[in-house]
Amino acid sequence: MRFASTVAVVLAIVGLSGPAAPAAAQNASPQLLTVSCSGCHGPSGRSPGAMPSLYGRTAPSIAEALRDFRDGKRPSTVMVRFAKGYTDAEIEAVAAEIAANWK
Amino acid sequence: MTKLSRRSFNRLAGATAAGAAFGLQACAVMDKPAKARVVVVGGGFGGATAARYVRQFDSDIAVDLVEPNRSFVTCPFSNYVLAGFKRIEDITHGYGPLERQAGLRVHHHTATSVDATKKTVTLDSGTVLNYDRLIVAPGIDIRWNAIQGYNEGAAGIMPHAWKPGAQTLLLRRQLEAMPDGGVFILAAPANPFRCPPGPYERVAMVAHYFKQAKPRSKILVLDAKDQFSKQGLFTAGWRAVYGEMIEWVPLSKDGRVTQVVANEMTVVTEFGQRHRAAVVNIVPPQMAGKIAQDAGLANQTGWCPVDPTTFESSVHKGVHVIGDACIAGAMPKSGFAANSQGKVAALAAVNAINGKPTAAPTYVNTCYSLIAPDYGISVADVYRVTPQGIVAAPNAGGVSPAQADAAFRVAEARYAEGWYAAMASEIWGT
Repeated sequence: MRFASTVAVVLAIVGLSGPAAPAAAQNASPQLLTVSCSGCHGPSGRSPGAMPSLYGRTAPSIAEALRDFRDGKRPSTVMVRFAKGYTDAEIEAVAAEIAANWK
Repeated sequence: MTKLSRRSFNRLAGATAAGAAFGLQACAVMDKPAKARVVVVGGGFGGATAARYVRQFDSDIAVDLVEPNRSFVTCPFSNYVLAGFKRIEDITHGYGPLERQAGLRVHHHTATSVDATKKTVTLDSGTVLNYDRLIVAPGIDIRWNAIQGYNEGAAGIMPHAWKPGAQTLLLRRQLEAMPDGGVFILAAPANPFRCPPGPYERVAMVAHYFKQAKPRSKILVLDAKDQFSKQGLFTAGWRAVYGEMIEWVPLSKDGRVTQVVANEMTVVTEFGQRHRAAVVNIVPPQMAGKIAQDAGLANQTGWCPVDPTTFESSVHKGVHVIGDACIAGAMPKSGFAANSQGKVAALAAVNAINGKPTAAPTYVNTCYSLIAPDYGISVADVYRVTPQGIVAAPNAGGVSPAQADAAFRVAEARYAEGWYAAMASEIWGT
């Protein structure tokens, strides 16, 4: 299944970003990446205001949105400025973490 | 002096948890003895965030939050109270929801001393709180008399309104009482200070009020620096919306206020120019809040040096300093930055207690400012830790585009409201 293999890839990347892998040491903790989002998108991704909520989304849809913001394919105000600040591995990791925890 | 025993803590925490059937946290864990205790001093953007997130990251750790005020008035959005389209109640947050949702205890007292060797915090009630990790988030204190004559008495005549609440309301009343055609002076400080775009948003919000109520009035910004946050966007926005109403005088044009004569409503600049106005708002030089000074956490700059990865104090081990009080490299002294640091410090404290390695940090900040209620601008950055400390991620972040259309400015004004709602919800649960 395509979805299952995506999850496997994402999990592998999350694993790589841990402290045991020096090559990926600059990648931020997926947990801390995720809670960075809640400042605007609300606790557990439940937005009480104008920002879109992030809960209940799949990891691929979140990762795709972040890549599209970064690449200017999806219009935004601040998200283009944020998305450019993260590595591909971090985008995959935060997408997986949000999908797993913000249901 | 009374010492809060673990047993009495659990009794109090249990009573709190009992009323929280719909809380976000599983409060049942409070029935068993906590494995460790984190004390947080200060219930603002940084401290209240850290307190909540310690519980979220490890609900077996008890948290005591020390905050003298029964409710917290936010500096963000206080300029809209001055403008007249928010009420002070709209920016005031109680601690009940945080206490119930997170299963922590709030002490409405002032922390009077810290013993980093014995790992205790003493409150003005006499209570001594033991901690395994301490998180200090005291915000700012004013450097009284750094501007000659600007003391607490003068602030009753020329408000700073940089600690919101009574000062905000005083400044609003003065603006309301001011005659049309009067001059409003705002004196802005040198860096670093709380909320770098704040003075410039404030003059836009005062201009918004004047445009409606006192259109012949003028605004003079006397600045102790030559550049400021989002300068191009502010300057263009002021001009577009308010024409010639706002004049900005930089340091190099004798903008630095060095003295006030409060009973004459007069300020004096570095090279001796005297300016008299109907209303004067002094945003004075600042330093880390009192408990940080008293605990020896601040250095000669008046701010607190910290490890950029954990926000642990460079002075006292086991003590983290977050928010406006700390020295955080490229991060501004903003509510959002404090929120971001609060999460990182909370996880660092939890990992230290649990003997786990430090998580690789990431920080984020967005500061929205309004030029008018439907005209928002922003600065947004991701921050990374490098050997040079905390720096903004390269090739990312920055300010709103200079050439954006009206729809973009309207969207950012709406997102400013959305940001505030999300922050209040995640920090105070309000």
